[in-house]
Amino acid sequence: MKLKLALAQINTKLGDVEANLAKHLEYIQQAKAEKANLLVFPELSLTGYVLQDLVASVAHKPTEDDPIFKQLLAASHDLDLVVGFVDEDSRHRFYIASAYLSGGKILHVHHKVYLPTYGLFDEGRFFAWGDSVRAFDTRFGRIGMLICEDFWHASPPYLLWLDGADILIFSSASPGRGLNDHEKLESARWVERVNKAYASMFTSFVTHANRVGYEDGLHFWGGATVFDPNGEELAHGPYNEEAITYAELDLNQLRRTRARLPLLRDERTALVQKELDRILSRG
Amino acid sequence: MADLNLSINIDLAREILAGFIKSEITRVGMSRAIVNLSGGLDSALSCVLAVEALGAENVMALRLPYRASSPDSLEHAQLLIDQLGIQSQTIEITDMIEPLIKLDPEISNIRKGNIMARARMIVLYDQSEVFKALPVGTSNKTEILLGYSTLYGDSACAINPIGDLYKTQARQLSRAMNIPAPIMDKPPSADLWADQTDEKELGFTYEEVDKLLYLLVDQRYSPQEAVEAGFDKKFVQTVTTRIRRNQFKRMQPPIAKISNRTIGYDFLYLRDWGT
Repeated sequence: MKLKLALAQINTKLGDVEANLAKHLEYIQQAKAEKANLLVFPELSLTGYVLQDLVASVAHKPTEDDPIFKQLLAASHDLDLVVGFVDEDSRHRFYIASAYLSGGKILHVHHKVYLPTYGLFDEGRFFAWGDSVRAFDTRFGRIGMLICEDFWHASPPYLLWLDGADILIFSSASPGRGLNDHEKLESARWVERVNKAYASMFTSFVTHANRVGYEDGLHFWGGATVFDPNGEELAHGPYNEEAITYAELDLNQLRRTRARLPLLRDERTALVQKELDRILSRG
Repeated sequence: MADLNLSINIDLAREILAGFIKSEITRVGMSRAIVNLSGGLDSALSCVLAVEALGAENVMALRLPYRASSPDSLEHAQLLIDQLGIQSQTIEITDMIEPLIKLDPEISNIRKGNIMARARMIVLYDQSEVFKALPVGTSNKTEILLGYSTLYGDSACAINPIGDLYKTQARQLSRAMNIPAPIMDKPPSADLWADQTDEKELGFTYEEVDKLLYLLVDQRYSPQEAVEAGFDKKFVQTVTTRIRRNQFKRMQPPIAKISNRTIGYDFLYLRDWGT
């Protein structure tokens, strides 16, 4: 089975959900024309990233009644979508979220579980922390979604792998830092290195969509990537400009790689659990 | 410490910094930049980056001499204007500021320098309205950290593309962007009085201080660790004190907080809000 994946690295208008939705719909048309099966947008693609006190005013509920999601759900009859937004729960907690839309339905919503609140990041001040990491079933098999800092920690991708995800969909609003004499920014190098590592160690597909553009001098670098279960790079988007990057995922590669390299089969989860229990109960 | 490498990837720096200028100016519905071109390296670099971002026809350079300014400053600014093919204006600030300076025969060089820097700011902002352009800043990271600038003077701008580049990095980028040799080769100076040079006034070279700042700021070394890494203790003290004492120049003035929500403190929006 093959999956034609499209990664949209877009710029956004800070706090202008209507304008960002319009851009989503344009990109959906483009991806549809290219016969993509799944189109992934970056973190907070409907809102922009450094929201601060705009958080409450840009929040949406991923339901049919919501004027924004209504249009995205309609579009998801043509191809599956992953969009980034601010989710407001029934008790008015606000989350950085990714939603997976397919066939007019929301299949899954992930709330970001690691909110960086250090250096130039201040997410913990404005957002609630997500509290679950779950894989979910799609027409392409089982998928897991994570948002930026979530995959800077090793445990969320590991949990998704154990929960059955064979395709890891990462989305980011990753600011470029660390310009030195190297060919790439330090932050870009780090992200690409760990994406490749996860694909290799979990013998899974790992895809990453990162936004572009500027917010008050913060610069987002784009550079979408797709790695296959052998850790090989299938596609790499350009840096610093809007683009759609396409990749054809041959899902049979999972079987071939895992027949050769049975890391999943041999993963000793009971050992992990036993040792975690011991480590965590020590204090 | 001699092997500490501050060099940057030139292509990437150009792309990101020009992209920044273009994004910040066009997102507010404008298309033009205006720069006070002093004849020195930093303003030349900002100007070149603005041209790269917006095109020569969209960049205005101002030359704003005082009667005692070095003729070299004007000439060097002109070299760049000619090379880039940008529009320019020359407006002498002498008549603006002389009446104020004459009020006090005892006036110090520092006060005169500040008056000149602030007069140039007034002209920059006034002409930005005429040319419908945003003033592009020319302060580098070294200068900002050391507070080596006039508050509301040369530090005033709408956007600053070079404020995260140390002076030596700005030099590296300038060299790669073909800034005329006379600008590259002369000692950095604010040209506020005769024979003034930055390095003489500061008491150390940019080469030295950039390495120290890079360790203290970018690499988060403690002052003690910087000494252990080979820097002179007194030099480290001088620089750390300067950084601390000039924090006020890097911030908006504090507002006394008495309401339920104070601007800049818990009324938080980016400047790029809605764009």
